[in-house]
Amino acid sequence: MKVTYPHMGNMAIGVKAMLEELGLEVVLPPPITKKTLTLGTKYGPEFACLPLKLNLGNFIEAYELGADTILMAGGTGPCRFGYYAYVEQEILRDLGINYDLLVLEPPERNIMEFIAKLKKITGNKSIFQVIKAIKKGFLKIKAADEIEKKVVFFRAREITKGATDRVWQEFLQNLNRAREEKEIEEAVNQAVVGLARIPVDLTREVLKIGVVGEIFTLLEPFTNFNIERYLGSLGVEVHRTIYLSEWVNDHLFLGFFKNYSRHKEIVKEAPPFLCHFIGGHGRETVGGVRYLKKQGFDGVIQLLPFTCMPEIVAQAVLPAVSEVAGIPVLSLVVDEHTGEAGFITRLEAFCDLLSFRKKGGNYGKRRIFGG
Amino acid sequence: MEKGVFLGVDVGSVSTNLVVINGEKEILKAIYLRTNGRPLVALKEGLRQIYDQIKEEEISGVGTTGSGRHLAALVLGADTVKNEITAHAVAASYLVPGVRTILEIGGQDSKLILLKDGVVTDFAMNTVCAAGTGSFLDQQAQRLNIPVEKFGEMALKAQNPVRIAGRCAVFAESDMIHKQQLGCNIEDILAGLCEALVRNFLNNLAKGKKLYDKIVFQGGVAANSGMREAFARILGTEIIVPPYFNVMGALGIALIAAFEWEKQPYKTMFKGFNVKDAELKTENFECQNCPNFCEVVKIYENYEVVGYLNDRCGRYSQMNNKKLAGIG
Repeated sequence: MKVTYPHMGNMAIGVKAMLEELGLEVVLPPPITKKTLTLGTKYGPEFACLPLKLNLGNFIEAYELGADTILMAGGTGPCRFGYYAYVEQEILRDLGINYDLLVLEPPERNIMEFIAKLKKITGNKSIFQVIKAIKKGFLKIKAADEIEKKVVFFRAREITKGATDRVWQEFLQNLNRAREEKEIEEAVNQAVVGLARIPVDLTREVLKIGVVGEIFTLLEPFTNFNIERYLGSLGVEVHRTIYLSEWVNDHLFLGFFKNYSRHKEIVKEAPPFLCHFIGGHGRETVGGVRYLKKQGFDGVIQLLPFTCMPEIVAQAVLPAVSEVAGIPVLSLVVDEHTGEAGFITRLEAFCDLLSFRKKGGNYGKRRIFGG
Repeated sequence: MEKGVFLGVDVGSVSTNLVVINGEKEILKAIYLRTNGRPLVALKEGLRQIYDQIKEEEISGVGTTGSGRHLAALVLGADTVKNEITAHAVAASYLVPGVRTILEIGGQDSKLILLKDGVVTDFAMNTVCAAGTGSFLDQQAQRLNIPVEKFGEMALKAQNPVRIAGRCAVFAESDMIHKQQLGCNIEDILAGLCEALVRNFLNNLAKGKKLYDKIVFQGGVAANSGMREAFARILGTEIIVPPYFNVMGALGIALIAAFEWEKQPYKTMFKGFNVKDAELKTENFECQNCPNFCEVVKIYENYEVVGYLNDRCGRYSQMNNKKLAGIG
């Protein structure tokens, strides 16, 4: 069994560690590139959202490298993602690509089924070994999130462009290579030291923007034109409402680590604008705006793939939330277009808007813009 | 350093505009040219039209905006490069103090900008639809064999505007053809189309946002009196079309260059009017260093490379900065 799974940001590092600890052979798809997108849009249904197309491209590319089993998450909410694993398998079968499919449905619905599926992956490993593997995977994801949160601070303030990204890339490589818990710790420490050495301008006026929206477009930099890095280069500190480790803790560990995730706090802010679960991360998007305002952010960007139902519902509510909360919100739709110009124009204009707003009042009525 | 004049250049998909303002921010020259798919040619033509009236030494600053702003910045040696949303907002609040809402419809995109006390508070740009833009109007005028300049005038003559689906350019066109084959007269169809485009604009961009009064309508399409009237009727308020409505982006970026100069005088990086006669050439190649296969654009001026554009990782374009820094 050679297992593969779709890319989503830094997820690959953690899942790989876990599966390899369980003695499975992992064949990772190559990083998402235009080739992945081209394959996905060619074979995927036109009206499906970007994540499906990229998954599909991932699987085709991984098949070429010898993968034979897909491991994927399912879902039972209103979001179409719940069907994607099965639909993708069918499409691939039509192409003559035969994969075995293992879909992990959320354990909160049917814990027995979840355990049975898990057994297929774990084989006859002892419960102790399984826990050890899961722990290792989780530690890696957690480490990546921890460093990423620091990276955005330095990226917005670095004096030499790209210095932070070099540390970050090196850290990801070290993290990927780490075999023992101790090595993970070492990688983290090394990155912390590396970041601290970066020459920064601490007097720079830095904007803080929070990114909310659909999880895949939030976590996978390919889909969002690497928004965090781009905004970082404009001197903006970017935080998300969704980090993978928090999501894993909430949905796979059923909130095992108390107070680790901010999920409850975020969702609490959604009413009275949105009082129900509408699938995907719609409620988190709506709640995220007020949550971020309370945390002192200057603006919020919503990211969603074209045709994403939960996020479209959330988007319709956002003008009202934005007005009541008093924080500007920009919605950005991503799809298969690869031209960055429109995206960058909007981001630039949004940053202008936020910094004028932040300075607000200090300028006369006419001199607000250039001067 | 003495304050001279400032040149603003807006390289858009359909039109390329140049505006020159003096130190008092009075407009000395405003030029509107069709880009015709060749931004560099249009840019050179624009320079040719201003160079006999403006002395090169007088120029204190150059700004570029529009979708071709990076290309123009490399070629001209610009001091300020800014997005067109900010540029449009600056120009509108300069010409129409106290403006709260800007409706801007250009060749390939449309924007809605909301301001309060001269500060942009919100904006939207059409994302995936070309229905509400100048190019679509152009195309329909051509299909009906009407000069686009006459479009608005004819629409105003309508007695009973017909209803045209405005959600999508394809729906709108097939609806128009349907109505035309039913025998509706052209004026009513044109007026119906204007209303459809206005509805499309408001549905796609306003989306629940409140549009407050002093509403300014600008961009090339503001020349169309039919569109002006449709906006006024549907919004139920006066629509202001400022002078220079079709070169607002260029005016805005010229103003920004001037404001920046006032904040902190700088020495311009403008390469001079020789650019107008220079042999400008571009060449694309597909970078093979990673599977992104970026189509990198290499720009030559008289057979010398002046810069690179469109690489995701910055392998080539980071050389631009070094080069510009060297000049500056």
